[in-house]
Amino acid sequence: MTRFAQAAKSLLLLEFVSAFWLAMKYFVAPKATLNYPYEKGPLSPRFRGQHALRRYPNGEERCIACKLCEAICPAQAITIEAGPRRNDGTRRTTRYDIDMVKCIYCGFCQEACPVEAIVEGPNFEFATETREELYYDKARLLSNGDRWEREIAKNIELDSAYR
Amino acid sequence: MAEFWTSYGWPTALTIVHSLVTIVVLLVFIAFVLLADRKIWAAVQMRRGPNVVGPFGLWQSFADLLKFFFKEFIIPAGSNKGLFVIAPIITAGLAISAWAVIPVAEGWAVADINVGILYVFAISSLEVYGVIIAGWASNSKYAFLSALRSAAQMVSYEVSIGFVIITVLLCAGSLNLTEIVLAQDRGLGLFGWYWLPLFPMFVIFFISLLAETNRPPFDLLEAESELVAGYMVEYSSTPYMLFMLGEYVAIILLCSLGTILFLGGWLPPAPFAPFTWIPGVIWFVLKVCALFFLVSMVKAFVPRYRYDQLMRLGWKVFLPISLAAVLVVAVVLRVWQHGI
Repeated sequence: MTRFAQAAKSLLLLEFVSAFWLAMKYFVAPKATLNYPYEKGPLSPRFRGQHALRRYPNGEERCIACKLCEAICPAQAITIEAGPRRNDGTRRTTRYDIDMVKCIYCGFCQEACPVEAIVEGPNFEFATETREELYYDKARLLSNGDRWEREIAKNIELDSAYR
Repeated sequence: MAEFWTSYGWPTALTIVHSLVTIVVLLVFIAFVLLADRKIWAAVQMRRGPNVVGPFGLWQSFADLLKFFFKEFIIPAGSNKGLFVIAPIITAGLAISAWAVIPVAEGWAVADINVGILYVFAISSLEVYGVIIAGWASNSKYAFLSALRSAAQMVSYEVSIGFVIITVLLCAGSLNLTEIVLAQDRGLGLFGWYWLPLFPMFVIFFISLLAETNRPPFDLLEAESELVAGYMVEYSSTPYMLFMLGEYVAIILLCSLGTILFLGGWLPPAPFAPFTWIPGVIWFVLKVCALFFLVSMVKAFVPRYRYDQLMRLGWKVFLPISLAAVLVVAVVLRVWQHGI
């Protein structure tokens, strides 16, 4: 009897019919995919994306050229040269380069920074067509900071409760 | 001279124009079929599928076409260069040429020949040459293994498709595809078509269709986990596109053949007013799309067969069943028409 039932089952393709119905259920089910460029998923405030150099609200750059980020960087992606600034003689960076190709986005630089100058912002869409565009210099990092300041400040505030 | 034009010139010109129109319409249709295939597969997996190029991704296939054209065509150093280039042309050319006899509506075939079904069958059997030549000329063991698998698979399933077609031919009493469709017009609409009396044959035809065109679950010759892309592994650019094109043209061809043999071709599903107003060509395309939808769904929910299972199904299940069916149908028809 079981053999007969099995033969009937395979002859009538019952398993395929039930599989077809299951597939049809998923066919009309709502899509699980985000429609990416138009729809974006949530990001944690701790998300470590593109780097930025921040400024104080009065426009003064935060970085004091202590080189802690350069020292801690495990990929040695950061290069800093320091010197007194021309107009007031304070210690500032004359060069602050991050090789975004070397960077592993570990976030140690922002952890090491005593003045919250170098941070990793929420931006992750900075793909470029050439490799050279990913060698960021100080001007580029400062402009990132200016552009993303609102989001970065908000994220630091949200995360401060856990630090 | 005037006689030459009336008896040879104009009919030839008309045939050429008809063929060109058929090819262009077919290829545009294939472009959307390819997209539909990807969309259906994506939908079952709860993905969106291509949706960026044009509204709902409708121009995706055309974007792919452009991309294929501008890619570099690499001919492997160890390959047999002549055959390597010819193979995709054979595959695509044969797949398209089989369309010459397919009647999409009454009298709409390029060549309404008396042995239409034999022609289609012969051409689709020849398609295996494209695959074998591609596999051999590539001079790569993966391509060669895949070509051998494909040859065995296509030959095995052609046998059962042949017997299935014979049962239909016995019922219709003609080898002409138009006559076969007209034989199904028995005033019963949907229920007069051969899918109902020959239902087991329809199922066998459908499954053999999948095996014959190397669709999943019988896509052993391009099983990604074993043979990467199968016999196409060394191909790139336009020749690769020709293989893909040939594959989809062959799928649509067999879907149309299934429509003609079992689903009443261009006949409306009910032989009265609102249905008969719609032109036959639309019914034909709708039926082909319905069959293709099934083909596409099978890809989404059936896991790939093992090679020995494939061979067992072909030789030990389908061949005896279809042979027995030929016998039964022949006896039943004889008794029905002439008495015992």
